[in-house]
Amino acid sequence: MGRIADAFAKAREENRAALVIYLCAGDPDLDATVELTLAAAMAGADVIELGVPFSDPTADGPAIQQASERALAGGATLEGVLGVVRRVREESEIPILLFGYYNPILAYGEARLASAAADAGVDGFLVVDLPPEEAAPLLEPAFAAGREYVPLLAPTSTPDRVARAGELARGFVYYVSMTGITGAATSALGEAAERAAVLEAELGQPVAVGFGIASADDARLVASHASGVVVGSAVVRAIAGATDRADAVRAVDALVRSLAAACRRA
Amino acid sequence: MRATLDLPPDFDPIGGRFGRFGGRFVAETLIPALDELTGAFFEAWADRDFRGELDGLLLEYVGRETPLYLARRLSEATKATVWLKREDLAHTGAHKVNNTVGQVLLAKRMGKKRIIAETGAGQHGVATATACALFGLPCEVFMGAEDVRRQAPNVRRMELLGAKVHAVTSGSRTLKDAMNEALRDWVTNVADTYYCVGSAAGPHPYPLIVRELQAVIGREARAQMLQRAGHLPNVVVACVGGGSNAIGAFAAFIPDRDVKLVGVEAAGEGLHGKHAAPLTAGRVGVLHGAKSYLLQTDDGQIAEAHSLSAGLDYPGVGPEHSHLKESGRAEYLAVTDDEALDAFQRLASLEGILPALETSHAIAALPRVVERFGEGIDIVVSLSGRGDKDLETVQAALDARAASAPEVS
Repeated sequence: MGRIADAFAKAREENRAALVIYLCAGDPDLDATVELTLAAAMAGADVIELGVPFSDPTADGPAIQQASERALAGGATLEGVLGVVRRVREESEIPILLFGYYNPILAYGEARLASAAADAGVDGFLVVDLPPEEAAPLLEPAFAAGREYVPLLAPTSTPDRVARAGELARGFVYYVSMTGITGAATSALGEAAERAAVLEAELGQPVAVGFGIASADDARLVASHASGVVVGSAVVRAIAGATDRADAVRAVDALVRSLAAACRRA
Repeated sequence: MRATLDLPPDFDPIGGRFGRFGGRFVAETLIPALDELTGAFFEAWADRDFRGELDGLLLEYVGRETPLYLARRLSEATKATVWLKREDLAHTGAHKVNNTVGQVLLAKRMGKKRIIAETGAGQHGVATATACALFGLPCEVFMGAEDVRRQAPNVRRMELLGAKVHAVTSGSRTLKDAMNEALRDWVTNVADTYYCVGSAAGPHPYPLIVRELQAVIGREARAQMLQRAGHLPNVVVACVGGGSNAIGAFAAFIPDRDVKLVGVEAAGEGLHGKHAAPLTAGRVGVLHGAKSYLLQTDDGQIAEAHSLSAGLDYPGVGPEHSHLKESGRAEYLAVTDDEALDAFQRLASLEGILPALETSHAIAALPRVVERFGEGIDIVVSLSGRGDKDLETVQAALDARAASAPEVS
């Protein structure tokens, strides 16, 4: 098993949902991302989803779109994101999942990325616009390099797609709580969490729920059914609203602590 | 029953690929919707009633067939026989309506309650709003804020047709960003919303659907040439942004190996400056659901395109064009803003036709086409749209040119 799968197994043993925290790498700069990753790890995150900024993030809402624009304006690249991971690895073994879109990966080269990611200490990949039928060029070198892979499932996914995702998943399966983009509100988190539990029983893989989880109350509701809770836009907004880096670190620390507490089942 | 759709050459219907291009690079949420659309399109295309209704609308509502006009004075000036396929005379003033009437009819058949579209120059937005008015469906159009500014008449037209226009302020505020926002809307409202893509781009099956709906351009032109001239043309020329009018003009001629196909991209300020010519000067990548040629940075970020013509101002291109380029079946060249502006004036003064700025690129390429393939040849040009929407842009560009010209004393 990889480090991401281990983190989910450990959370299960401790009777809590695994907490996955998204950070947009390079927002506001790559140095800050190193510090914020370590802060989130210290505050109780189980896995860091490190967002590789892309110019055209079609699955993301305004919070992550704007964070990506800030990161790109600051010069963030995939190479720079790998540098962040190397620096985090000097101090922390927290599992890191690269989260992004396909074109920067294609431009870098899938096989080259798989080995560079393994060298840097990246544990796995989640690529929003790379469905299983297109994913082989990345998955073959990534699996050969011992990396994990997190496929997405959505409320619209058909049974055959569910099964396919389950076969390919290494680490966990990411269940998108609603038809929508990141950061949107949804009133159906409880149903999504129940759906995730059903999928988990069917697939024999941990299933985490993401999209629309913004508060400790949301996290508690999802954690009562699902094995994992993913929070992204709320973290990005907390960082964007900070007055300086120290304030951003404080904001992330407080938010992640409250989310981690909410992930513990009574 | 599915045999009625002749699949394009080198097309893989499972992966939705033209050679190595195309495919489906979209979020999981949309894949089942694309499957549903693929099934519905093949079924509708095999259904005689659907095809009959579409043909009737093309005849009586769109005004097809459009003329193939032998442009005598332009021919003389070009030293070739130039035939203009008059898509500018189709209802709404451009070829875009061929596609929207078909897609909105399909949406109605699928029971969709709401139509969304992206638009650059506004021609596809107007054509979608028109088809929605015709079928009584609500329509929302996403348009880059920069394009809302430079294509104001089309914004007013869409609103008068009952559409709601969303000005998109993210990114470069042009067509690419409008398409991003349309995809975000679709992923949110996928159950009851039909996304009417205007270009031969996007994830499978859109490039196939748009190709089939626009193929009427080349099918008519081919029959008209045989009837009028008694032979096929030597060359077919069309402008390429996303590439819908070009693929429509080319499709019927692809099996005619002796007919050369030439696509004309926008070189903007020049290929070493800001431009919109991914086939001429881009690299293969993935944008908006398909693998194709793209303008991008070394890091795989999408680069901003530039063209005086809003409809060509797009960093990507439909995947079949990438395949036609790589297979050598079609050639692509690029002409600058200045050359297009000259061609706009030339067609107006020689033939009394104001072409769209997009279309002006195809006209501008004629001297090079003749240089390449020889004087005296027969050339069919897809005159994809009329230029009324561009009058302000053209006037501003001509004023700027006059102001920067050296003073004659």
